[in-house]
Amino acid sequence: SAPRAPAVLKKRLVKLVVNFLFYFRTDEAEPIGALLLEHCKITKEEENVFSISFIEEPERKYCFECATEEQCQEWVEALKRASYEFLRRSLIFYRNEIQKMTGKDPLEQYGISEEARFQLGAHRQ
Amino acid sequence: MKLNEKSLAFYATCDSPADNAGFLYKRGERHTAYHRRWFVLKGNMLFYFEERDSREPVGVIVLEGCNVELCDSAENFTFAIRFGGSKSRTYVLAAESQEAMESWVKSLSRASFDYMRLVVRELEKQLQEMSRGLAGGCGGSQDAPGPWKPKPSGPEQSRERLPALPAMLPKENGCAVWNNVLGADRPPDTSGCGGHDEEGTPRPPPLPPRRRVSNGEAASAGAAESPSTFCRLHEQYSREVARLRQDWQQRRRGPQP
Repeated sequence: SAPRAPAVLKKRLVKLVVNFLFYFRTDEAEPIGALLLEHCKITKEEENVFSISFIEEPERKYCFECATEEQCQEWVEALKRASYEFLRRSLIFYRNEIQKMTGKDPLEQYGISEEARFQLGAHRQ
Repeated sequence: MKLNEKSLAFYATCDSPADNAGFLYKRGERHTAYHRRWFVLKGNMLFYFEERDSREPVGVIVLEGCNVELCDSAENFTFAIRFGGSKSRTYVLAAESQEAMESWVKSLSRASFDYMRLVVRELEKQLQEMSRGLAGGCGGSQDAPGPWKPKPSGPEQSRERLPALPAMLPKENGCAVWNNVLGADRPPDTSGCGGHDEEGTPRPPPLPPRRRVSNGEAASAGAAESPSTFCRLHEQYSREVARLRQDWQQRRRGPQP
């Protein structure tokens, strides 16, 4: 759905692909556009509705109305997990847990244990 | 196609650390002249700026589904980012030294979301196997995890165990497990992250060489939660790991002479 300021809703097909949310007109193969899902906030609004807003423009909300409340909850959960930055933190967390349990760095087998982006304490935001 | 460019520009220029940054020469699309640009790699996005202190990127390359290759070109230190589609452009870049070129090729070829997701899944599985292994040894049994209930805001952010998490936004946790083939005819809401069954999700990623298959997995397949939701697993692991470590430490201390 389009942003709701004048309460105009447009039917769209929406696809989550890695950290992008693509949206299509329902009869077209090419997306109209995409939202990069980094530094964003997913908010459950009223029934069947959720919104996405971005840190640099928090008052602007992209609102989406779903067919059912269950579908809405699924989308909210899905989108909250869609950012690359969070995936990175998950990786760091698991690595640390495994290292604490086994004394070994599980990233060594991938040859990426020295990468700055995976160090504990990196990427404090 | 529209993009939320402001958000992209914000991501490019905000003070979250870049995974790589530096000057590279970028070959033009139509003319083969190279232009020197300031490149910044964040996550799976390679931004480029006219100058190092430009406030907005000139462009961005999304690093999904690409190959990064060295070029045998007359110019030194060149490499290419190549995409699969026939209509897709190949980006030819040149570094200023051998070392810089190698560093870029390495970081770009591992920058994709897909790659991160693969590694995270593997680590989840390892942790899961270890928990099961330890639990078996302790004679303990684990509760079959129930469906995970979403929590309103990132509870993991306040958990001391985790490395310092950004307080900037109430960001949520977990990894998205999606079929990343655009055009696949899946209905939008079965992207795998509901509280219920997950195994409509796509084929598992290729396994790395040293994968062990534990019997525990088969036995507990019925009870096993799908590994597709970090957040859910995160909750479980935290509790399990704390318990198991305690058991393990006690066992270590116990029978020591």
